[in-house]
Amino acid sequence: MFDIKNALSKIKVNAEWIGLREVRESTTYHMIRDGKPQANHTGSTHGVMVEVLANGQFGYFGTHNLTDTSIQLAAEKALEQALLASKYAIYKFDQSARPVAKGEYQSPFTMAQNTVSAGEINQLLLKANNVLKVSDKIVSVYANAIITNTDFKFVSSNGSDVRQNFLMTRINYSATAQDSGVTQSRSGGTSGHQIGMEALNEPVILTDCKKIANQAVELLTADECPTDTMDLVMAPDLMMLQIHESIGHALEIDRILGDERNYAGYSFVRMHDFGKLQYGSNLLNITFDPTVSGELASYGFDDGGMKAKKEFIIKDGVLVRGLGGKESQIRSGLPGVANFRSSNWNRSPIDRMANLNLEPGTASFDEIISSVERGVFLETNRSWSIDDYRNKFQFGAEYGKLIENGKITKTVKNPNYRGISNPFWNNLSMVGNTDTFEVHGTPNCGKGEPNQVIRVGHASPVCKFDDIEIFGGA
Amino acid sequence: MKEYFLKLTDKIMAQLKDGEHLKVGFSGEKSQFVRFNNAKVRQTGLVEDLDLSVDFIFNNRIMSCGLTLLGELDSDFDLVMAEINRMRSEISELPEDPFIVYPENKGSSQESHNGTLLPFEKSVDALTPAMQGVDLAGIWASGRIFVGNSNSAGQKHWFATDSFSLDYSLITPDEKMVKATFAGSDWNQSKYEKFMANSIEKLKMMEKSAIKIKPGNYRTFIASAGVRDLLGMFSWNGISEASIQQGQSAFGKMRNEGVKLSPLFSVSENFSHGTIERFNGNGEMAPEKLSLIKNGELETTLVSTRTAKEYNKETNFAGDGEYMRACEMATGKLSQEDELKVLGTGIYLGNLHYLNWSDNTGGRITGMTRYACFWVEDGKIVAPIENMRFDDSIYNIFGDKLEAVGNSLDYHPDVDTYGGRELGGIHCTGVLLKSFALKL
Repeated sequence: MFDIKNALSKIKVNAEWIGLREVRESTTYHMIRDGKPQANHTGSTHGVMVEVLANGQFGYFGTHNLTDTSIQLAAEKALEQALLASKYAIYKFDQSARPVAKGEYQSPFTMAQNTVSAGEINQLLLKANNVLKVSDKIVSVYANAIITNTDFKFVSSNGSDVRQNFLMTRINYSATAQDSGVTQSRSGGTSGHQIGMEALNEPVILTDCKKIANQAVELLTADECPTDTMDLVMAPDLMMLQIHESIGHALEIDRILGDERNYAGYSFVRMHDFGKLQYGSNLLNITFDPTVSGELASYGFDDGGMKAKKEFIIKDGVLVRGLGGKESQIRSGLPGVANFRSSNWNRSPIDRMANLNLEPGTASFDEIISSVERGVFLETNRSWSIDDYRNKFQFGAEYGKLIENGKITKTVKNPNYRGISNPFWNNLSMVGNTDTFEVHGTPNCGKGEPNQVIRVGHASPVCKFDDIEIFGGA
Repeated sequence: MKEYFLKLTDKIMAQLKDGEHLKVGFSGEKSQFVRFNNAKVRQTGLVEDLDLSVDFIFNNRIMSCGLTLLGELDSDFDLVMAEINRMRSEISELPEDPFIVYPENKGSSQESHNGTLLPFEKSVDALTPAMQGVDLAGIWASGRIFVGNSNSAGQKHWFATDSFSLDYSLITPDEKMVKATFAGSDWNQSKYEKFMANSIEKLKMMEKSAIKIKPGNYRTFIASAGVRDLLGMFSWNGISEASIQQGQSAFGKMRNEGVKLSPLFSVSENFSHGTIERFNGNGEMAPEKLSLIKNGELETTLVSTRTAKEYNKETNFAGDGEYMRACEMATGKLSQEDELKVLGTGIYLGNLHYLNWSDNTGGRITGMTRYACFWVEDGKIVAPIENMRFDDSIYNIFGDKLEAVGNSLDYHPDVDTYGGRELGGIHCTGVLLKSFALKL
């Protein structure tokens, strides 16, 4: 059995700082499509990232081989990489980039992973498939359950000792309807939470399956979403994407420092914007909050050893803080957050979002709808694209409702909208109250070179935006 | 590493009981990554990874697992057998699967490409001096990648290759950019320095002030790097047979409504370049060449054996995801020297960015222009353009708006590193469009 503290104590290299980060993760994936099993898979990964600091430069070696000899060799090679690169270093760091962290974190759950068998999960997914098939017009359905268990340990030569365990359960389902050359899909489920097997709540899941499958059929005969400039009311499961793409990525300090320019891109936000830029209307309050119980990217410490805590990123519409971990804070001189995170043992940490939430306002859902003379209410993202400066975006939704004279009048299909981030957020005119607030998340945020995919959480109420360019399908 | 793979899998196969079948995948890498920003080192390190996947089949049911190996034979054998024993205990609880792809032995293969790579300890000194004086952001990835596959019918495949890539962007002070990738298997320092010098020369073209163009339909030339991204979309609810059958594909119109693309457009799978293994995750060998769209007509989709069983089709041994692994576009007649002249007045797009289906089954794609994109008048570059959002249909882009296709192929290696370094890439050329829809 690999003992990370013991392994650290045995490393003999002449470095200013040494850290070991061990990640052991298993993901179990069950899927039934059209009544037939598609996958019953458990994938696991286990390894150690050895990181050293020498001459102001960090070097790393991620290894799958956990013997003492291998870990020693990894430390030596990491040191060599650091020293060779140090003469070209973009910044000379010292140990302050790796603060001492001690503590533990455990995901909240009431039912452990071993309380439900693979067979029971398959039976639930089969039932979901049956319920999703509400009509002969449903041509394909699926339901899947994904359970991830992550053990994270971090120790360092300056005394860090962190242990974190995450249990995450997702269930997703979808129905595709087809008739007379028209195809429409609706999906549902829990996009991502830290939760145990209590997430596999059969009555709730089957009720929602029936609802979304009926909506898929309904969309077949719905009118095309009108093309117009009008008000846009967004459900929390669509707000998730809007926050992620046009606030989250734009405010990552490593992007603003240029690290990401060859891949995902830059940002329209500049260093001098912090404390000044009116990012959105004064109704916009965005928090970085890895302390929300059960949200997908909650944790106790980031991978650099910073203790996680809630911070306002945008307060009353004004940009006040960036999404940057300790290294970015040192390089930029800007206030940041504990978001220096990696996807696995074989990747080095970079600035990531974690939980980025839009704080609830005061408007009820009925008040929002009744305030709209002409607009649409959209649910569930189905298409997303944004430019490398996080400016010009275009997003699409699965399901739309036309709003006319303060009332929802009919369903519309293929709704899309586009805009530019800063003016878009300044058109935020109503923010829903806590009754409209939902917590979502996604495990699929890609960034970094080498590439990393990571889990993020986004919570939001229903929101209304004025005068948005909205349009329909092909 | 091949010997280790064979030893380990032979030992595992010997443990199978009556009625049990196994398919085993093996993959790993020994890689160096150096991340650059402002032509300086941002992060540097090495990664060694070794993974095994197992499909366990018994009594018309299938379970699978994947795990990280230690690289120590006895320990790894114990790890794998613990997983197989777990699957043995759970598999009877599962529903029967009527579409299982059982292992077969149709012959084994091995392919190794040994390159001449920069030693890891020499890379930074070899790379960095040539990029001084410019603002460069990018990633160096280098090392050996290997993939193995074996099954309980006795079939064994092995593929290993050495490769490197420096994928980078050069940036002017007012943030206009050019993009390039220097990649291969045999390092040549002087070739690299010339390549970098050429990129820096191209950057000078970006020094003119950018002009803003209005949304609208423009005569447009899309260079091969942009076409690569468009072709990449074919692998996402596009050319997959399962995707068509399940009502998700942009190519449904071609299959079900007889819609055709331009006779100038053809695309195929071509494994003859040897940049990626021909065998799929089931150990099945793809045909060396497979025409998918020929002269605008859908000849075949990518059909996995599982899909073939489910929908009563003939397999062409696509992987289970039915995405293109060795995409090659057919060339046309437009020479590189004539691109601007034939474009006349319009837009030259060097790259595209962040593509997504805006209407998947309708075939419509949205995305951004990025990097070297210019306004062109009378065959001459006038100025770079500010980035624009496009939203247009593949039935326009590769259909009735397609006017000409380039006469030479460029190879764009896959430099993605999610999970691990990717193999393969796309061979394609630029396209001239009569009209391309810019929206924002």
